Amino acid sequence: MGNPLSLKHWSPYLVGAGIGVLSWFSFATADKPIGITTAFEYTTALAESAAAPYLVQSYLAEQTKKGKEPKIDWEWMLVLGVFLGAYVSSKMSGDRMVQERVPPLWRWRFGDKPILRYGGAFAGGFIMMLGARIAQGCTSGHAISGALQLALASWIFAPIIFIVGIATAFLIYGKEGRAHV
Amino acid sequence: MFEDPYQLVLGLVTGFVFGVLLQKGQVSKFQTIMGQLLLKDWTVLKIMVTAIAVGTIGVHVLVLGEQASLHIQAAALARVIFGGIMFGIGLAIFGLCPGTSVAACGEGRRDAIVGVIGMLLGAGTYVAAFSVLDPFMKSMPDYGKVTLPQFTGTTPWLWAIGVAVIMTIVLMMLERIHPQDLDAKR
Repeated sequence: MGNPLSLKHWSPYLVGAGIGVLSWFSFATADKPIGITTAFEYTTALAESAAAPYLVQSYLAEQTKKGKEPKIDWEWMLVLGVFLGAYVSSKMSGDRMVQERVPPLWRWRFGDKPILRYGGAFAGGFIMMLGARIAQGCTSGHAISGALQLALASWIFAPIIFIVGIATAFLIYGKEGRAHV
Repeated sequence: MFEDPYQLVLGLVTGFVFGVLLQKGQVSKFQTIMGQLLLKDWTVLKIMVTAIAVGTIGVHVLVLGEQASLHIQAAALARVIFGGIMFGIGLAIFGLCPGTSVAACGEGRRDAIVGVIGMLLGAGTYVAAFSVLDPFMKSMPDYGKVTLPQFTGTTPWLWAIGVAVIMTIVLMMLERIHPQDLDAKR
């Protein structure tokens, strides 16, 4: 058998078990749960503190009260690691997506103009992240890490994002969209 | 401004492995995420459910053995419900979630890079608008940082094993209805 990193696709069960074991590792070594979006919040908080301190006063007061001042921390490096890991993995398997500007399902529904897709990605990313920071977690932080810690908040959050996500997807693409994924 | 270097290296290593797993699981693709939301390709749920089943056992062994501690968020209903609704809408429009969008950037996807810029602006808006959002986020009951065993006054072991067993049954049913080779054709 060759190098498993040169394969494009691993079994979802293997990948899922890998993420489960990785969560043991992150708790055992750093005593932290895997999450993504706090790092985005801290990054912008640091930038805004430098550029427009008056904007972040009430946010910083709250974080100081909680003992969670924004910084470049474990989770920030984790996000960087995700980027690098996916880069190396896609390089080794030749699964690069540089050419494709518009994914097939989007093209079927909205045409192949990249600018429309970029607009959708931007708006979707904005709403999603604002929601993630209000809820204090995302698919990783709540729906995986929070769920496996049996957190009440996460077991409420996870069904909501799936139900709303499914409803929105069918609203945008309809049943006919299923032929294009 | 910086956490200690040992923690930073650990974070980078953990993230690297996470990035490889997301990319090999093909969840760094718009088509896979939308395939799940349109209930055709069940890869996303298979990965998440397996991760929860495997993770919950090991993490509870560590926590109950006092080798690690729980790090959970407060069940502040207004935050979780309205944040969750916004998240779901944004997820279906973007077609990638926060972790998988960073992995998609690693693959070189331009739309993912634009989406991540939108995400940064979303996070910046949360920080800047905190004083406006705060009263609204406190407008519903907050049960605090509570786990399901604490909330129901039962033993964590019962829940951890119960969740692992139920998740395994869900996976077996899922595999029967939507076999892996259907998803793997991509």
